[in-house]
Amino acid sequence: MKLTVRVWRQSGPDTEGQLVDYPVDGISTDMSFLEMLDTLNQQLIESGEQPVAFDHDCREGICGSCGVVINGQAHGPETTTTCQLHMRAFSDGDVIDVEPWRAKGFPVIKDLVVDRSAFDRIIQAGGYITAPTGAAPDAHATPVPKPDADLAFDNATCIGCGACVAACPNGSAMLFTAAKVSHLNSLPQGQPERAQRVLDMVDTMDAEGFGGCTNSGECTLACPKGIPLTSINTLNREFLKAARKARK
Amino acid sequence: MGELSMLDYTIGEPITDTKAPSGPIDERWSARKFSAKLVNPANRRKHRVIVVGTGLAGGSAGATLAEQGYHVVQFCFQDSPRRAHSVAAQGGINAAKNYRNDGDSVHRLFYDTVKGGDFRSRESNVYRLAEVSAQIIDQAVAQGVPFAREYGGLLDTRSFGGVQVQRTFYARGQTGQQLLIGAYQALSRQIDAGNVELHPRTEMLDLIVVDGRARGIVARDLVTGEVTTHLADAVVLATGGYGNVFYLSTNAKGSNASAIWRAHKRGAYFANPCFTQIHPTCIPRSGDHQSKLTLMSESLRNDGRIWVPKEKQDPRPPSEIPEDERDYYLERLYPSFGNLVPRDIASRAAKNICDAGYGVGPGGLGVYLDFADAIQRLGRPAVEARYGNLFDMYQRITAENPYEVPMRIYPAIHYTMGGLWVDYDLQSTIPGMFVIGEANFSDHGANRLGASALMQGLADGYFVLPATLNDYIGQGGFTDVTLDDPAVVEAQTGVRDRLERLLAVNGTRSVDSFHRELGLMMWDHCGMARTAEGLRKALERVPELRAEFWRDVRIPGTGEELNQELEKAARVADFLELAELLLLDALVREESCGGHFREEHQTPEGEAARDDENFSHVSAWEYGEKPVLHKEPLNFDYVHPTQRSYT
Repeated sequence: MKLTVRVWRQSGPDTEGQLVDYPVDGISTDMSFLEMLDTLNQQLIESGEQPVAFDHDCREGICGSCGVVINGQAHGPETTTTCQLHMRAFSDGDVIDVEPWRAKGFPVIKDLVVDRSAFDRIIQAGGYITAPTGAAPDAHATPVPKPDADLAFDNATCIGCGACVAACPNGSAMLFTAAKVSHLNSLPQGQPERAQRVLDMVDTMDAEGFGGCTNSGECTLACPKGIPLTSINTLNREFLKAARKARK
Repeated sequence: MGELSMLDYTIGEPITDTKAPSGPIDERWSARKFSAKLVNPANRRKHRVIVVGTGLAGGSAGATLAEQGYHVVQFCFQDSPRRAHSVAAQGGINAAKNYRNDGDSVHRLFYDTVKGGDFRSRESNVYRLAEVSAQIIDQAVAQGVPFAREYGGLLDTRSFGGVQVQRTFYARGQTGQQLLIGAYQALSRQIDAGNVELHPRTEMLDLIVVDGRARGIVARDLVTGEVTTHLADAVVLATGGYGNVFYLSTNAKGSNASAIWRAHKRGAYFANPCFTQIHPTCIPRSGDHQSKLTLMSESLRNDGRIWVPKEKQDPRPPSEIPEDERDYYLERLYPSFGNLVPRDIASRAAKNICDAGYGVGPGGLGVYLDFADAIQRLGRPAVEARYGNLFDMYQRITAENPYEVPMRIYPAIHYTMGGLWVDYDLQSTIPGMFVIGEANFSDHGANRLGASALMQGLADGYFVLPATLNDYIGQGGFTDVTLDDPAVVEAQTGVRDRLERLLAVNGTRSVDSFHRELGLMMWDHCGMARTAEGLRKALERVPELRAEFWRDVRIPGTGEELNQELEKAARVADFLELAELLLLDALVREESCGGHFREEHQTPEGEAARDDENFSHVSAWEYGEKPVLHKEPLNFDYVHPTQRSYT
């Protein structure tokens, strides 16, 4: 296939960026989207130009590193990570726009690379269970009903890629935060810190500059791991309960 | 680049003391913990410990050491600790819990692991691994890791990799991810508490050794390009394996050997570099563009049947090839184990049949893994319930529906059992430098069983290192090291010079083109089957390629910015050196064992022929103008070596 890729080029956080057209040739339908970008980069290096910077690592859809907006959609036209999107989703002669995640909470570092460390700070605010190492009780001492365990698991599958934020018209991090709160708050181990966890995480989320949620649902449509919109309901419910308790 | 003449190695003093206590094996770890010095919690605050890497080993170590009161300075090259490659492990984690009452025990897990490693691992270490395995599950559950559960609320387990008990705990096909997130969250809690100072997007480029002890690292901030120096009282490397020396592997693209290779050049011995595991069930490469390989879980071999057409290059689609024109070669060659032979056997058989011209798919490098029988026997819903997510992943990558046409699979490089040499305390030959997880060599021997890598990473990080590092710190004797210390300045200048030299080459070939060439050569001559002739050929070519790299590599941009080509170049430069040691080790080890198959050493039936008389030792290499081989003899007092047979 022969394609035109219009890639966002931006040399640093403080410089202006722009879409630049690059023709690429010899693209096989078996290539992943990132392998197409590899091919483009080899062309650029050979012609003495700077390759396009983009984040990627496992290329198996689980590390959450990769992520770009393709033709206006986070991770592109299929519900998957960018590394698992293959070029057979496109046709010969297509013009493809490739842009970084765009959100106030994710400043651009270079080209398609953005800074997602705000997600780490949301986790640091309370996205954990305080379990000291070395002397945990036997694992069978705390049975967890299967439905609770499954609900926790469904939310624990979040890979922290940030597609939810990129897809949201408000740049909200609600789905990410909701996944973590739903995971931990639905387990018996997560109960003692339940209220404080949600208050601290939501506080940090707001302070990091992410927008509010208006239930547009774009986040769940873009989520490669299928975190459901109901998790946001859980987050809202947990937050209201905790806030009311805190006011007393 | 001083050219090493590797073939010219010398034999050094054998290693006799591994610091493991003597006495009954089940009391050794308790004895070691009791004899280890303790450090007063108030004094721990005064000690800085550097941890490089945030995977299962590094993440759990950082969290635990910080919780104990040490000031931890932690590094990862990814943008977040949560992305370390441990996240990609699918299958599960073993633990000797005997929750199934099926006869499992610490001793049985120990026995299986020593045997699975083809008698090339250390008994004391493996016993300890089995001993702490049960605590790992307790720890993870307490942290909220959502393991699979049964309706009664208790943990579910399954069997794995031919083991006859159900000791594998799992979280769907995402066990590595869930365990890693658990460790990451524990680490995040310590970051928030101010006990861990985290440096993401930062890469270790050298080790600082002062007065013979590890005292810090030189790192590069991958965003700004700034080269920084970090000092501490101990350094922990948890940087994973070096499988990417083969270019195509199941490792994440960023996985690299720079930290351990730099440490090796500073004096840490490198043990058993030729022990690389080849995994049989990988999706075959689809063309020259391929950037990495994707593993399909080994569990597929429980129900899938492996075959090739009896006719070479049969043009017919698989469904049109009648039963009697198919060669179910594993069932034919290994009637009692069939499709469930161990990883090394299955891998080699696939290679042999493809080399003989019977392979299927593009380039003839693939065999069929067929579920037609299973679907007929169990019904599609049952197969979907067992393997659905794997089938979906296969279809996404290949655009073929494995419910209708057989999957195509081929072996790939997966895990490295070799790594930096460590003693029982997980300390390298450089005092103060500890090596944990896949980066060390100690527990897996020549072959790694399924569901055992996650176990080792977490055992090292949560339980072993926190005890042994105390002992080292407790012995004291730390002098103040300042930034103007000659050793610090030398390391820092060395890193800067090397980066500048890389950028100054300004040649014509991309970093990837060198890496691909190296990888292909390693796969051809040091992959699933190795011969003295092939290894010698590669040993001649690697130094040439290395010279060409330093003459002709092209890296656009500068060192003062995010420059992914520069990052890759520095890593590939290290792979080009490590590759040579790997080849040499493979040449010197004149036997076949586990994942190391020397064609000259096979039984009349074509099976691996181990040579316990001459090679029941760890090969620990010391860096120098000429590499020096130190042998650590292996003693088997509890599990007696036997020939593996699967026919």
